[in-house]
Amino acid sequence: MFGLLARRLAAALPTLAGVIVVTFLMTRALPGDPAAYFAGPAATREAVEEIRRQLGLDQPLWVQFGDYLADLARGDLGLSITTGQPVLADIAQRLPASAELTLIGLLIAAGFGVPMGVAAALRPNSWVDHLCRVIATAGVSLPTFFTGLLLVYVFYYQLGWAPAPLGRLDAFSSPPPQVTGFYLIDSLLAGDIETFTGAAAQLALPALTLGIFALAPIARMTRGSMLSVLSSDFIRAARAAGLSGNTIVIRYALRNALLPVVTTLGMVLSFLLGANVLVEKVFAWPGIGSYAIEALIASDYAPVQGFVMAMAILYVALNLVIDLAYQAIDPRVRIEA
Amino acid sequence: MISRRHILKAGTAAALGTVASAPAIHGAAAQSRRETLLLISENPPNSTDIHGVGTNRPAYEASWNLYDRLMTFGVKKDANGVDHYDYTKLEPELAESWNQTPTSVTFKLRRDATFHDGSPVTAEDVKWSFDRALAVGGFPTFQMRAGSLEKPEQFVVVDRNTIRIDFIRTDKLTMPDLAVPVPAIYNSGLAKRNSTAADPWAMEWLRANPAAGGAYRLERWVPGQEMVFARFDGWRSGKRPDLARVIWRIVPQAGNRRALLERGDADISFDLPAKDFQELAAARRLKIVGTPVENAMQYIGMNVNRPPFNDVRVRQAIAFAIPYQRIMDQVAYGTAVPLFGGPAQPADATWPQAHPYVTDLDRAKALLVEAGYANGFETTFSFDLGLASMNEPISVLVSESLARLGIRTTINKIPGANWRNELLKKEMPLITNTFGGWLNFPDYFFFWAYHGQNAVFNTMGYQNAEMDALIEKSRFTQNEAEYTDAIKGFVAKAFTDVPRIPLFQPKLMVAMRDNIDGYRYWFHRQLDYRVLTKG
Repeated sequence: MFGLLARRLAAALPTLAGVIVVTFLMTRALPGDPAAYFAGPAATREAVEEIRRQLGLDQPLWVQFGDYLADLARGDLGLSITTGQPVLADIAQRLPASAELTLIGLLIAAGFGVPMGVAAALRPNSWVDHLCRVIATAGVSLPTFFTGLLLVYVFYYQLGWAPAPLGRLDAFSSPPPQVTGFYLIDSLLAGDIETFTGAAAQLALPALTLGIFALAPIARMTRGSMLSVLSSDFIRAARAAGLSGNTIVIRYALRNALLPVVTTLGMVLSFLLGANVLVEKVFAWPGIGSYAIEALIASDYAPVQGFVMAMAILYVALNLVIDLAYQAIDPRVRIEA
Repeated sequence: MISRRHILKAGTAAALGTVASAPAIHGAAAQSRRETLLLISENPPNSTDIHGVGTNRPAYEASWNLYDRLMTFGVKKDANGVDHYDYTKLEPELAESWNQTPTSVTFKLRRDATFHDGSPVTAEDVKWSFDRALAVGGFPTFQMRAGSLEKPEQFVVVDRNTIRIDFIRTDKLTMPDLAVPVPAIYNSGLAKRNSTAADPWAMEWLRANPAAGGAYRLERWVPGQEMVFARFDGWRSGKRPDLARVIWRIVPQAGNRRALLERGDADISFDLPAKDFQELAAARRLKIVGTPVENAMQYIGMNVNRPPFNDVRVRQAIAFAIPYQRIMDQVAYGTAVPLFGGPAQPADATWPQAHPYVTDLDRAKALLVEAGYANGFETTFSFDLGLASMNEPISVLVSESLARLGIRTTINKIPGANWRNELLKKEMPLITNTFGGWLNFPDYFFFWAYHGQNAVFNTMGYQNAEMDALIEKSRFTQNEAEYTDAIKGFVAKAFTDVPRIPLFQPKLMVAMRDNIDGYRYWFHRQLDYRVLTKG
């Protein structure tokens, strides 16, 4: 097990090295001049040059790259000029916010998507199947910002059920002491039920928005996978042996059908983490996606590089976890590094 | 000073089980909601230190409320009865009095003034702060120089409570320049304790840790999300503020900002689309205040150094072809003052003022024929994508109108980060842009935007000896009549030569709930928490 881990991690090193070089070059190739941007609209040409010098952007590219590598080696991802904070601190704070939202969203998607897929597979082409297809298609074809705004309009603006879309907590509460960075967990650890319910209420709409969006791939994959398993020989054998319907569906069919679903879950998770920028914008959610976009608009190199690095590491880790989950679900799977 | 590091540290301690699981005390909830202002905006401040590199506009607001200056501006009522800072009146802030001579000004500091940490404010602190503004370069240094504050030797500590500023030349901007956000007074003792050999001015530390003595303390800052201010009860430089606490939250989505205000969950915001302001004002659900931004305008600029815009007849033709009223109705939604259809000659010595052009396609066509462009021409119309909500519809309306004269335009959207570089090159033939000067003098505007020194804001590359002479005269004359004549002269010239076509003077719009009073317009266009009240 540890050998496998070590081999997989070693194999990821060239990928990370590539990511470092490519992001460094790509951020520099972007149109836009950070010095001019940060000098502000009222600055003179001298002021722009002064800022360029202070940011070290007047150095040749290879010197900048050398400085960047030296900083990386010390674990220093640089300073974000847009937030004025070290990039590492920003990411450490924002990644849990995105992760909490994405995981809850995925939980909602899986909680509805898997049963929907199973139900559809059990009665293909019935009204249940069609209903599932309609719901899933509608969910995935509505852009997330639209779903989000619609939910805010109905549940906050019109009905007043949901709290104000002001991020992770309403304006009058303080965040719980940071342990994991997940407010739901941290508030429970601190024994602070009020903050827990507050955080959960803030989470509800954005997580639902993400869940609706992620429903389709999960439901469709479950349905397809279940259909093929249900028509396979061993299920026929189980039926012939007179096993109860529930036992067949849950214990035999579903477990075998889960493999591609887990892959899909992993893909959806990693995709959502970086791509839920729009949801973050709508709900003022201080996540990693909106952080990267804001930095990109300002040509703020350090956060963009830090973001891509963090995402690359996360993808590697996530793939590893999925591979390990495979083994747990299906003992036949043997992973070679 | 609570920084996020402290919170992180507290978190680590909790993880080790050393902190009893005391439920988080909801300081704000305990405090009455009446004394707390919830402010929402689109963009977050990136610093509390106005001298920092790349300090953004929202950070000016943080600095303005956290720090004191020696002096501040008085207040007057504008035409709509809204409080408006008064440029002509300087009032005491940290300085209780001053004595100005032709060669210097001597300030007496308040003896009871302290910083947030309780240490007294001394003349040494003032000197250190001004020296810092000159030493760090970039924006603060340039702003100081705009008031002829250029050398550290100009700032002389007379005694503990007295500081003298020596003038290097007679400059009408020196005194007002001491009341803008840049010359804030820092707690030099605290700052020095947190400086390093590599960072003698504590640039890094002061970014997140104000060493200030202003009316508000920084209670919490979560970068990109919120900044929380608490009233500093030891503040002696003005009337005790009404608001005990200000929570500033970042809400990126414009529709949600409006919903929050309408539902009463947020108290005040500048950042709504023009159309929303118009609708909210019509519905009377919120208090909407619009103040014309002094010395600012949205305009169309033409590159006078290249054909076809090097021909003044072509420029005049364009000025007759702009659909002014449609722009007012469909882009500005009434949140601006029109700058077209004025008298043939400048009526007074104010700026901005309306130019004589109106939409008249027949005259435009005639001018084009005269200039030899009867069949029109092709050109590119560029704008800054960072301000797309105004620029994009303007460019569409203008292109439509020009197409009727046979002028075919390609619209070129330039990302915000690149816009300035493109301006510096002075190659774009046709643009729409916005420009405003902090200091409200017509000659200040013209010096940057029309003078032959060809500063970046002279986006048209316009150079004319007669214009330069008039601008120079207005800057340095001491004679009132000569000053007025010079201004009328260069305004008239700007309208005949028309290198830029003013469209409108934008208004600074703010939406607030009915129980918020005391809003004051400032030239820096940020919110002053000290004067706001909540009923």
